[in-house]
This record gives sequence, structure tokens and C-alpha cells, in this order.
Amino acid sequence: MTRFSLSHDTLGQLRRDWLGNIRGDILAGLVVALALIPEAIAFSIIAGVDPKIGLYASFSIAVIIAIVGGRPGMISAATAATAVLMVTLVKQHGLEYLLAATVLAGLLQIGAGILRLNYVMRFVSRSVMTGFVNALAILIFLAQLPELIGVPWLTYAMVAAGLAIIYLLPRVTRIVPSPLVCIIVLTALAIGLGLDVRTVGDMGELPSTLPVFLIPDIPLTLETLQIILPYSAGVAAVGLLESLMTASIVDELTDTKSNKRRECIGQGIANTATGFIGGMAGCAMIGQSIINVKSGGRGRLSTLSAGLLLLFMIIVVGDWVKQIPMAALVAIMIMVAIGTFSWASIRNLKTQPRESGIVMLATVAVVVATHNLAIGVLTGVLLSGIFFAWKVAQIFRVTSTLSEDGTARTYVVEGQVFFASADEFTASFDFNEALEKVTIDLGRAHVWDISSVAAVDTVVLKFRREGAEVELIGLNKASETIVDRLGIHDKPGALERLTGH
Amino acid sequence: MTKLLVLIDGSVYTQSVCDHAAWVAERTDATIDLLHVLGRRAVSSVPADLSGNLDADARDTLLEELVSMDEQQAKLAQKRGRLILEQAKARLTDAGITAVTTRLRNGDLLETVQEFEAEANLIMIGKRGEAADFASLHLGSNLERVVRASHKPVLVASRAFKPVGSFLIAYDGGPSADKAVDHIAGGHLFPGIPCRLLMTGNPNDAMRAKLDAAAAKLRTAGYDVTAGIVPGQPDAAIAETVEKEGIGLLVMGAYGHSRIRTLIIGSTTTEMVRSCRIPVMLFR
Repeated sequence: MTRFSLSHDTLGQLRRDWLGNIRGDILAGLVVALALIPEAIAFSIIAGVDPKIGLYASFSIAVIIAIVGGRPGMISAATAATAVLMVTLVKQHGLEYLLAATVLAGLLQIGAGILRLNYVMRFVSRSVMTGFVNALAILIFLAQLPELIGVPWLTYAMVAAGLAIIYLLPRVTRIVPSPLVCIIVLTALAIGLGLDVRTVGDMGELPSTLPVFLIPDIPLTLETLQIILPYSAGVAAVGLLESLMTASIVDELTDTKSNKRRECIGQGIANTATGFIGGMAGCAMIGQSIINVKSGGRGRLSTLSAGLLLLFMIIVVGDWVKQIPMAALVAIMIMVAIGTFSWASIRNLKTQPRESGIVMLATVAVVVATHNLAIGVLTGVLLSGIFFAWKVAQIFRVTSTLSEDGTARTYVVEGQVFFASADEFTASFDFNEALEKVTIDLGRAHVWDISSVAAVDTVVLKFRREGAEVELIGLNKASETIVDRLGIHDKPGALERLTGH
Repeated sequence: MTKLLVLIDGSVYTQSVCDHAAWVAERTDATIDLLHVLGRRAVSSVPADLSGNLDADARDTLLEELVSMDEQQAKLAQKRGRLILEQAKARLTDAGITAVTTRLRNGDLLETVQEFEAEANLIMIGKRGEAADFASLHLGSNLERVVRASHKPVLVASRAFKPVGSFLIAYDGGPSADKAVDHIAGGHLFPGIPCRLLMTGNPNDAMRAKLDAAAAKLRTAGYDVTAGIVPGQPDAAIAETVEKEGIGLLVMGAYGHSRIRTLIIGSTTTEMVRSCRIPVMLFR
């Protein structure tokens, strides 16, 4: 019976995911596909490869993730976050190593999904996520600078015109994608007036055929692995981070749930397969996913149609794509940067706790310095961990009473005793007072780790040296809180016992 | 304490479902949980914005927009839901049933039913829902989903309630039919109502033995049983007997086959519920 109801549920879910919103999904898929073309080209240029590498990747990742991903309605393709990581690999070793690194990154992501590493996401705080998107926006903008510095004035005029179209057209009509109009108008102008500007065709080869299966042409040696592994690990980590973060954003926007573990494995499958058809690694895209939801896309069909329409358009209108002036692309990328950046976070700097602002800014600073989002996020996570420990360490107090005859003292310890408060714990006792008997009541303290156990030992020994007899009360109860060994959180009423009241 | 989980959606069947619930509650002294599920939000509630551009803080503005739109719809749906529940409760109170609680829930119907069915003894639902097409006599889309997902017997109400003068058990010797027989023998709903125990097909000894065993079980429990085997296809034969003998309620095992098989050759259960215009009690 369970089997039947299960299969019935899965079938219903499948139908909802795929066919729940056919018209909206296909229309949104079209809008997204149109927006993906300039982005995929731009991200290929960032990584230093031919535009076709990014376009093939975007097609392949979108189509595969539509089927195997864990978040219906989320758009995945070639992204800036992964592209910036691969720049040096391409420069030093060439395209084939990039493809191999893509395959390996996919395999690492599958492994991460199997090991349920998606749970690690809980340590990535809101501030770190904000830092991540801000840093990403800055990286996208910085990547446009080569097209904006030391170029003829005509380029500036075209970029300005492009931005004007992108931002002003939606005020007139919302039924045509404004970035598309920007591309068409600027391309028509450039061709019509015979303007001498850089075009997409100057940046490398565009696809003219369907992608084919190929195995990256690299020696399968340990040395190769040593070259690509650091890149693959970075790409895998950043890809999962951005994907899971985007999945939460889409969850929030559509008020539905997603399967994060399936998303990890799905991203892995998509990247692995993409490496084999000559595409670069990618992940979920925050901006495109928002555009998809905004255009009415909700189901898997939206992602699938985005991927298929992208490839279709590239192959059909490939000759025209070559003629797109870079200025149009730059204008669109500036829009993406502005849309990705969280402007509210700057306003919030004043009102939110200082620590969260520091975490955010540190994440951004490290990313901009290293061009590696993974290192930035790691920095942010470590910092927020330290800040948290520091805050919790303040929940700590030692009070004491002297007996009437002045020979015995009772210390009552309350709060969190762990590595960050262990020193303060030791310092709270007055060892110079000559006492016959010292009682330390730990019944309302939480002893969290080895550092705090050692601190308790030190205190007891020191008092003994001074000739006092030491009695510990409530130690068993306090050390129950070394939860990783005892695992009392599995037992009913554990939380009540933990807080000890 | 017997407990009924009564699913209503505000369609024309709601009144009949309430009347059936009142009948069951009166006979079994049960309490009633009236449940109305507000369902999933429509997926494409946003007006088409195909501009494809990203404004500054696009995510926050979009979220605000979506939330305010859903909020209005949800408020409306909630108001309507409370009205439906109040009316249903009033109808039950008029019928003399006082132990009625109402529940208004958000979310998927199946998940909600699975959440609440644990403490219920019987689930009640109308044959067709709000969105069903009456002309074609198609069944409501939620009916089969609920019956397949539920672990409790489900009473499917017909369009109007008529006092049940006799009931028929469509017996096929299968586990869910045996479950139905056991349930009825031990239950409080049917005592006093004449029982027709029917098997279909070409009679053979094995069938007779099973039928006799089931009849004996029911007779021990004090039922007035008329058992018999009629030849023919189950759906046609049973529907004919129901029509001819003026049976008031049909009891049967439900959806014994997988969804895939049902997709290809259709389901006897669906066909029976559709063609017999009387309430049907389904066991899985």
C-alpha cells in the first residue's frame, strides 16, 4: 500500500513540477534564454575562453539541472562566480585543463551531495551571504573595466544608451525584454552607421553546430590532478554555495520547498556532463533565477525551455550574434552587477549590529582581493564563528559568599564555560584568600569543552596548594553539557536539562 | 471514541457530505472534525513582467510584490473557508450533532489529510469537488488522491443524502475486502441494516467457501446477510444489483492496482464510484 501511495505521490509531484504552469514556464524560459546569451558570452570572456564554451555550458547545465536539480524554477548556467576562478588555469594550462577541471568539480559536487554537505550551509550566516552577492556584483563589474578603460568615447556613448534602454524601457512596456531591445538597437546602430567598435565576434569563436561528446585531451597523471584539483575544489565549493543560496532565494520568493541535497548532486551531474561536451563549469544564477520568477516561471519546464531555446537561438542567429557590439554586452553586465548587489545592505550597515557589518565587509574585501569567492566565504564564516563565541562567552558570571566564621567560601558559577570564557573563569577565583574549605557550585554552568574542563582542574589544584579543601557541586550536571560525547540532545527533555532551570 | 474527518470544499456536495456525516455520527456517537484545506497558491499569480531586467534590490522588491499579492488572495480564501466551515457546522448542529470542531488549514490536501487521519476512524469526502465537470460525470481529482494516500476507510458521499435502508458489500476475497468485512463486523455504523454480500464472476468452490466464511463472520456479529454470486464483469454486475435492489450504500475494497496499471486499463473502483449513484465506502 505504501508503495502505491508513494508512486502516486511522486507522479503527482513530477506532474506539478513539469506541467503545473506550462504557459508561464515557457514564456519565462524564453525571456531567460534571451538574457542568458549575453551573460554566457560575457562570462566566457571573463574566463578567457571562446564564447562558445560558455554558451554550450549554459545550454547543457540548464537542460540537465531542469531534470536532475532539486529546486524547480531555478536557472543554472555558466556563471561569473565560477568563471573568475578559472582564469589562471586557462592562462597557464589551456582549455583542455579547464574541461577536465569542470568534470572533476562535478564529481566533487556529487560527492558533497552524497555526504550531505548541504547541511554545512547552516554555518553560512546571512551576513556572509550578503557579502557573497555583493562581492559577486563587484567582480562582475570589475570584469567589465577592460572594455571601459582606454576606449574611444563612442563606447561610453553606446554603453550609456544601452543602460538607458535597459532601465527606461520597462517603464513604457513590460512585454519585451529590455536587454534584448538594448542588444538589437545597439547592433543595428553599429551596423547601420558602420561604427568601428569591438564586437562579440572579435572575442573568439561562436558555436555553429550542436555540441558533441569529447574527452578532455589531457594526460591522466597525478601531476594533472595536482594542477586541476585546487581549481576544481574551488569551483565545486563556490558552485554549491551560490546554488544553495539561490535555491533559498527561490524558495522564499515562491514560498515552496526545495531538496537541497538533490540540488548538490544535480549540480555535480550537470557539471560533469558539461565538461564532456566542451563547456565550462557553472552553477545556479541569482539574477537569472529572479528574472525567471519575475517573468512567471515556476516549474522545471522553465529551466528546460531556457536551455533549449538558448541553443536554438544561438545556432539559428549565430551570424548576427557575432555582430553584437561589446558595448551592449557591457551595459547588460552593468545591469546584472547593479541587480545582484544588495544595496539595502549598505543602508543596514548603520542599523545592524557592528559584527554583522564587519563580517559582510570582510567577505567582500577578501573576495575582491583574491578573486575567489570560496576564500571570502570561509573568512566570513570564521569571523562570524569568532564573533558568536565572543558574544556567548559574555553570558558568564561567578558569584561567591563567605561563611560566617570566615573559613569557607562558596563560588557559584553560572553560564557558558568554554574555550573563549575559560580564562575569565580561572580569573574569577581569589586564590590569595586563606580558606579552609572552598565549594564550587557548577550546577548552573555549562561546561562545553576540554578547555573548560582543564580550567576547572587548574582552579581545584591551585586552591589545594593554598591549603584549602575543595568540593565541586553539580559537576556531573554541568559536564552533561559536553554534548558531543553524551548526545543528550536525543533524549526527551534534553533542552530543559541543558538550560538547567 | 469514534472520530470522523470530514473534508469539505464549498461545492454542492458539501451539504450532502455534512448530512452523511450527521448520519454516521448519530449511529456511532462520533465526534466530527470538519476540515477545509485552502490548497496551494496559484503558481502564476504575478502579472506578466517580461522585461527581463534586474533593478537595484530586485529580489527584495519582487518578494514584496509577490507577498502582497498572495496576501490579498490568501485573506479572501481564508474568509471564504471560514464561511464554508461555519455553514457546515450550522448544518450539523441543526441535525443535532454537537461534537463538531472546525479546522482551516493551508497547504496540500494530501499532506493535511495524512497529518490528521491518524486520530480519525473514518474519512468523508464528496464524489466531486468544486472544479469537477458534472456533465461528464467525472469524479473529483482529489477523491482518488485521498483514497490512495489514506490508511483509513473513506466514505464517499453522493450528491444528496438518502437514509440507508440496505448496504451491499462488493466482495472479491481480496485483503482489502476482508478488511472491510472485519471492520463492519466489529463496527457500530451498520448494525440493524440489512446486508447484501455480493461476489461477481463464474461461481466455483473456492469462491463459495470464501463467501460463506465472510457471511458467517457477519452473521455472528448479528447482521442479516443475503449472500450471493452473480456472473459478469464486476462493475456492470454490481451497478445492476445496486439499481435493481435499491441498495442505499456500497462497501468495497479500493484501488488494488498500481497507478501505472490504472493509467492504461482504468480502475474498477473509479468506474464503480462513478456509475453507482449512492454513497460508497472504500477500504484499502
